[in-house]
Amino acid sequence: MTSTAAPPAPVPARRAPAARRPRRKWRGWLFVAPFMLVFALTFIAPVVYAFVLSLFRDQAFFGGTVFVGADNYTQVFADPKFWESFRRVLVFLAVQVPIMLVLALIAALAIDSARLHAAGFFRVVIFLPYAVPAVVAALMWGFIYGDHFGLAADLNHLLGTEVKPLSPSWLLTSIGNIVTWEFVGYNMLIFYSALKVIPKELFEAAAIDGAGTFRTILSVKLPAIRGAIVVATIFSIIGSFQLFNEPNIMRNLVPNTIGTFYTPNMYAYNLSFNGQQYNYSATVAIVMGVITAVIAYVVQLRGSRKEM
Amino acid sequence: MATFSITKPRKSRVLTGFMALYLVYTLVPLAWLVINASKTQPALFSTSGLSFGGTFALFDNIGQTFTYNDGIFFRWLGNTLLYVVVGAGGATILATAAGYGMAKYRFPGRRGVFAVVLGAVAVPPTALAVPTFLMFSKLGLTNTPWAVLIPSLISPFGLYLIWVYAADAIPDELLEAARIDGAGEIRIFLTVTLRLLVPGIITVSLFTMVQTWNNYFLPLIMLSEPKWYPLTVGLNQWSAQANGAGAQPIFNLVLTGSLLTIIPLVVAFLLMQRFWQSGLSAGSVKQ
Repeated sequence: MTSTAAPPAPVPARRAPAARRPRRKWRGWLFVAPFMLVFALTFIAPVVYAFVLSLFRDQAFFGGTVFVGADNYTQVFADPKFWESFRRVLVFLAVQVPIMLVLALIAALAIDSARLHAAGFFRVVIFLPYAVPAVVAALMWGFIYGDHFGLAADLNHLLGTEVKPLSPSWLLTSIGNIVTWEFVGYNMLIFYSALKVIPKELFEAAAIDGAGTFRTILSVKLPAIRGAIVVATIFSIIGSFQLFNEPNIMRNLVPNTIGTFYTPNMYAYNLSFNGQQYNYSATVAIVMGVITAVIAYVVQLRGSRKEM
Repeated sequence: MATFSITKPRKSRVLTGFMALYLVYTLVPLAWLVINASKTQPALFSTSGLSFGGTFALFDNIGQTFTYNDGIFFRWLGNTLLYVVVGAGGATILATAAGYGMAKYRFPGRRGVFAVVLGAVAVPPTALAVPTFLMFSKLGLTNTPWAVLIPSLISPFGLYLIWVYAADAIPDELLEAARIDGAGEIRIFLTVTLRLLVPGIITVSLFTMVQTWNNYFLPLIMLSEPKWYPLTVGLNQWSAQANGAGAQPIFNLVLTGSLLTIIPLVVAFLLMQRFWQSGLSAGSVKQ
């Protein structure tokens, strides 16, 4: 992902008989071909198929499909349902991702700092929610948020507040809390792994220059793990744009608040499975995929340019 | 080993206390789950969330979870195991072979493979799921285990991790020596490479295992019959039972089922700590 993400694999020049050369050249495919075969079936073919679908439209009364060119795309761009769901994940992205990544960064720096008691214990426990399926996390938090046997009611009682996590005004925050709970540990581990391999000489040099703890973090540690931060940011952006599991599961609890187009992904799903509008659904999926890829690409460019 | 005090600072109580707060946030929902999985359905409503109440019904709940609806939970557990063993296992094998191939061979099209796979990391799996469903339904694969297994076989992240790991862990001289001894490429892979890649392979298998075990979206759209559901889709179906006309809430079973779904992965991660932590840090050496 960064420029160094592609490990150069210098293969020393071999002195082989000229006749065997052509065959030797191709032998790497022996190992790569099985992966690429399945990859073609599960990644490339669906993308191509979705693109083809997006160019056609069902004819309601006559049956069959007709070629409509870019009509489905113009429809998506003029679709208020799509834009409402898109704005929602954008807000989610702008608020939840920074909170989650900053928490993960603080946790990683603390665990790496050698100033924490029982650092190994902290590392494992904070990572633990990653092993909890999104379904279980959403069900669990959904119950906790609820009035019946949840903790929210107890807490409100204790603090004298009136926070209803499942009400329309709080719902997005509540979903953000679930996602944060699930993924802080995962991102912490990415940052921590990068922190651990910073050459120790850098710290010694910083100490000689009289840098304190925070100065060292700002001037040595954060620049050294920029690659990891860019990667974590890209994965988090992708995750936010594709938000589906948590709201779809919590729909059982609040069917009136979470509609069929709460997020773009839920919209694409419901168009296909509740509306049989496959062509339009494929178009929504493609538009979201392209937007996500472009933003991920821009983040990566910006992230690695600063490295120069 | 460091001679400078900055690399061996004193332990800080303030920092530990601050982090302990976060630890509480992490653990409270899990503690809540354990506590409430031990309650009967009436007690769930009548007692406070974070205290045990009524009779201790955990074992009774576990029994009910496994026998409810002719033991469908057991079937879902079996399905999940099938998807994990074949899907995640296959993904690990494919990623290991391909990552090794990318790290240690130069071949025509290598750059192309790199570009395509890197692009695939940016394409979110869920964006592919609907088109994959439409394609699989044309092929008659939907509502069969294949529909879940085939897409699970590809892990671009796994390939990337093995690639980075193999570039460091396998010296080219070793491969050359084996070739001079007359070993074929496959044989070298099986006898020399695999052993050196073990920590990387365990890391990849753990992460693909989590992905397959926790997968919800893919099986949700691919499968229409409960008999093929994995645990995640099944649990959500149980949870949905509490809604609508003719609602039959089984909250105690949803909670106990959730707890039972988490345990195997948590145990796997705790037991294999040493491996995945070293595997991941090797992966970040190159960053």
